[in-house]
Amino acid sequence: MGGTLAVARRELAGYFATPVAYVFIVIFLMMAGALTFTIGGFFQRGQADLSPFFNFVPWLFLFLVPALTMRLWAEERRLGTIELLLTLPLPQWQAVLGKFLAAWAFCAIALALTFPLVVTVNYLGRPDNGVIAAGYVGCLLVAGAYLAVGAAMSAMTKNQVIAFVLAVAVCFLFAAAGSPVVTEFLSQRVPLLAELARGISLIERFNILQRGVIALRDVVFFASFIGFFLFVNAVVIDHRKAD
Amino acid sequence: MAALIEIERLTKRFGAFTAVDDVSFSVDRGEVVGFLGPNGAGKSTTMKMLAGFVTPSAGTARICGKDVVDDPVAAKRSLGYLPEGAPTYPEMTVTAFLKFVARIRGYRGIEAGERVEDAMDLTQLQGVRLQPIETLSKGFKRRVGLAQALLHDPPVLVLDEPTDGLDPNQKHEVRELIRRMAPDKAILISTHILEEVDAVCTRAIIIAHGKVLADSPPSALAKPGKSLEQVFRDLTARPAEAA
Repeated sequence: MGGTLAVARRELAGYFATPVAYVFIVIFLMMAGALTFTIGGFFQRGQADLSPFFNFVPWLFLFLVPALTMRLWAEERRLGTIELLLTLPLPQWQAVLGKFLAAWAFCAIALALTFPLVVTVNYLGRPDNGVIAAGYVGCLLVAGAYLAVGAAMSAMTKNQVIAFVLAVAVCFLFAAAGSPVVTEFLSQRVPLLAELARGISLIERFNILQRGVIALRDVVFFASFIGFFLFVNAVVIDHRKAD
Repeated sequence: MAALIEIERLTKRFGAFTAVDDVSFSVDRGEVVGFLGPNGAGKSTTMKMLAGFVTPSAGTARICGKDVVDDPVAAKRSLGYLPEGAPTYPEMTVTAFLKFVARIRGYRGIEAGERVEDAMDLTQLQGVRLQPIETLSKGFKRRVGLAQALLHDPPVLVLDEPTDGLDPNQKHEVRELIRRMAPDKAILISTHILEEVDAVCTRAIIIAHGKVLADSPPSALAKPGKSLEQVFRDLTARPAEAA
């Protein structure tokens, strides 16, 4: 486990050594705040909860998270440091896990910095803080799922732009799978596929968590989703490490 | 006792192209083996296979008796490897980078600090310890790569062009360093510079088109009134003309 932590620490420090971290956090906080108070209608709704905020987080992450993950492996390939990393006495899965954990910790920091929203809603009314906590858990799980996809896409190329575009595309597929447009279209033609689409939809699962229900099967879904893409990541690295 | 580096019938094919063709040799403790050959001869690919970065198509490689494919982490523990071009993380400082390598190598706390200090002393990096690696000159970058390989005082050193890009004084220092370490290590260095082989190596292996053409002490190679350079040209230029 020491190796995983060493990799995670280096990656996390790497985010803050470049402007990436600050740009990400500032843009995320500005967009989240702006959307919550304008389109989200935080005040107009007259309800003490954070659903105007939570509704936007998965869509914001859809574009921001791939920006975090695009460099994870692509940059190592471009600089050649992948040869250094993979010739250190470290099982490959630990390198994969370490990078993922660093990016996840970074997302947790960004989410934690939205605390003024929690303070505001508690000041203005009496929200159910349990539901808010469940919403944050949901945000973190969605971020983890996007990160796992993004890291796997980054492993496939040495070009960061390609890694970003691929990650957004694949994440969008899983985000939008459960949206009414998709499921209605499918249920009229292939009802079986509509069920499947709803089953793999990240947003659908997120909405359950956001309502305050942390069910085991949803957590298991996110865990297996993340586990699957980390596995893909490890396989891709193993097969194409020297390319 | 078996040799510290054992390579048996090692082969690497990329599609139809055979980069390394049935190469066998071993390196004992106390030996410094110079790996010579024109560009594209398969030197780096052989070294990458030895370091566990490229998976061999056939044959085996062992470091301290540990197979690099079956037991990669154990093999890598006994190995100090300088990849071609000495890749390092540009945004990290010299100390932070070496600390990261020390942590992955399993050193903690004070011991990690001491290892980093020792490695910086050996490679004369103390003056630039807090500089980001990207601001360093080529010679210093190479020495950072060298420090990383020496940090854990490994029994086996594989150095891909350790003196490339160094000025004559630095070249001399690196050769002195290699000579000092030689008695209790097995060292394999690749180089284009023939005088280097005369200066530090106890044995020279000449490779071209993936095949070993000569394997003997430099003095024996140059014996029949010819310079080492002449021998090198005779051996490696011929197959190209035939092809």
